[in-house]
This record gives sequence, structure tokens and C-alpha cells, in this order.
Amino acid sequence: MNELVEIVGLTKAYDAKHVAVNNITLTLPRGKIIGLLGPNGSGKTTLIKMLNGLLTPTQGSIIINGKYVGVDSKAQVAYLPDRTYLSGNQKISEILDCFVDFYADFSREKAEEMLRSLNIDPSTKLKTLSKGNKEKVQLILVMSRNACLYVLDEPIAGVDPAARDYILRTIINNYNPDATVIISTHLIGDIEQILDEVIFMRYGHLVLYTSVDNIREQHGKSVDAYFREVFAC
Amino acid sequence: MYYKLNTAEQKTTFTERMMQMAWELDADRPIYAQLVERIRMQIVSGYYQPGGKLPSVRELAATAAVNPNTMQKAFVELERTGLIITQRTNGRNVTEDEELIAGVKQGMAREHMEVFFSKMKELGFTKEEIRALVDGEIMQNVQEEGKGL
Repeated sequence: MNELVEIVGLTKAYDAKHVAVNNITLTLPRGKIIGLLGPNGSGKTTLIKMLNGLLTPTQGSIIINGKYVGVDSKAQVAYLPDRTYLSGNQKISEILDCFVDFYADFSREKAEEMLRSLNIDPSTKLKTLSKGNKEKVQLILVMSRNACLYVLDEPIAGVDPAARDYILRTIINNYNPDATVIISTHLIGDIEQILDEVIFMRYGHLVLYTSVDNIREQHGKSVDAYFREVFAC
Repeated sequence: MYYKLNTAEQKTTFTERMMQMAWELDADRPIYAQLVERIRMQIVSGYYQPGGKLPSVRELAATAAVNPNTMQKAFVELERTGLIITQRTNGRNVTEDEELIAGVKQGMAREHMEVFFSKMKELGFTKEEIRALVDGEIMQNVQEEGKGL
């Protein structure tokens, strides 16, 4: 029960030619912030979708907090997708209602407090917000759940540096120490200093799973620089 | 980075930087080691007073915009050297042992001196020339301070 996520022989083939995730075996501990890194098309989002039960593996299995991926695991996994699924015509307060109904572990107070700190009025419609604020609202919704696993797919793509700092601080301040956060991104330099560990993926394979300090100690360079070396074209 | 000594204006900017900005960290060295250096510097310089209370791991991690586990690792290292003390119920404090702090300060000063002397020797200066340059620099600093007042 100590390990949070156990992935064994996980494979997803869309057809014979397109194997997005190829035989990955990986065990992730609790209480870590883990970067899921890889070039476009390396299988990051496919892996994430399988963690969330949105795609069925072709082979292999995932156990999260002792449960196979399904209804039980979904109740404990908070997911920020790479694309929004919220309707822009909804007011933020209506979205909060929906989250309260949907997730037993969602804290409305926590979400409202974070919205207040950003001066975002819950009675406004989502579509009237700037891109940066939309991203922040969606992250607030995800981080206001008391989950054991947070999976954030590209949480900082396309926001300005101040918004990025806010998002990183929100992640640091709100995850509980028994939970693990997986962040997928290719903007490695931007999030490197909040990561404990990194997973490198390429062509659906697991290339490397190690700690950030290991990379810095062994190679004397940042994860960003090391990534460029490993994935040099 | 180079901060000029003793000008009030620059002191506030430095303090502000400490308070507000995510800490600037080198890309090529372990993060926890840099956090250790940074906090050690803050203790030695009196930013955190002897016996004074330190922020929680999470607060300081959020200020620095680093992972709380990494900050924890830095605190453990500082505890090992005795600079900070953990009280079970009362968070963390800077040690009250001012001799220990002074010793750490001396050690850090010596490291800076070694770097300085090796660089100056590399530039080809003799000991006497280095001494003259240092004296001149101190004189200039004193004059600038005088103007500031």
C-alpha cells in the first residue's frame, strides 16, 4: 500500500502501426511532484488518459492507491486535461455547483478563497476571462479536490510568467503531502525547480525515471539541458 | 551577482528580492544545496536572528517557488550542521549559539577570500599589489558612505 501508482506492462496501440505507449512498467511513490517529460507525440497524454480511465489499455494494468483504474480510482484522481471541457457560457459559480455535486472530495470554500485572492468574481462567465485567468480557474478547480493523485496535463502552456508563478505556487501550496502530482509539459525549465522526480518518454517508451537532484549531481546540468541532450535531433 | 555595500537604497531592493521573488537558482547544481547556501547566508547576515523563528517548510518553499520536499531536505542539512534547531511542537528556530554562527561566517568568508586570491593571482597581481587594490577599494567605499550621509 505504500506505493501510490503501480503500472505494469502498460501498452496502448491505436492500430498495428501506432503504438502510443509501449510496455511501460513504473511505480510511483506518494508525496512527490513528478514531471512527465517528452517531445510531442511521445505518449504523455495517452499515458495520462489511461491513468484517468479515459482510454482502455491494450495490455497491462494500472493500480492507483490499491485500486484498478475505474470508478473507485477516479474518485481519488484529480485531472487537469490539456484542453478545457467546461462550457464558456457557464458562470464560475455554476461550475462550482457542478464540482460539489460531482466530487465528494471537492472543497468549495477552498476554491472560493483562491478565486477571491485572484479577484475573480464567481458570478462572471468563464468565457469572459482572459486566457491566463481561464487556466488559473481550471487549476483552482482541480487543486480544490482532496485527491491522492493530481494529474496536470500542460498546466502552464501559454500563460505569462506571473501567471506561471501563481500556478506553480498554487500547486505547491495545495497538494497534500501524502498525495503525488504528475505534471506533463515540455516547458521543462519553467517547472524544474518544483519537481522531485522526472519521467522521460520517447516514442511511447520509458527512457528514464530519476530524481532532479540525481541529474544535476551526475551530469552537472539542469534537467532542461539534459533533456535537450537526450532528445537531440 | 554583485551588491554594493551599505547603500540604503540597494539594501531595501535586496530585502525585497528576498521576500517577493522566486529565488534565482543555478541550473547546473542540485537545488537543495543552493537552498542550504541561501538560508545559511540569511542566518549569517542576520536576516534571520539567532534564536529567531524560521518560516515553515511550506511557506518558504512557496516563497522560493521550489518543491517542499527539496526545502525539507535543505532544512535537514542545516539541522545536521546545528545552524537550525527543530522543536517538536514549535517549528524551527535559528540556533542561539552565536559562536557557531560566527564560525560559519568565518568559513564562508574564507571561501570567498580563496576564490578572490586565486582569481587575482590568475590576473597576475602580486600580494603587495592585491593589498594596495583592496586598500584603495575600502577607501573609495568609505568616501561614498560619507557622501551618502
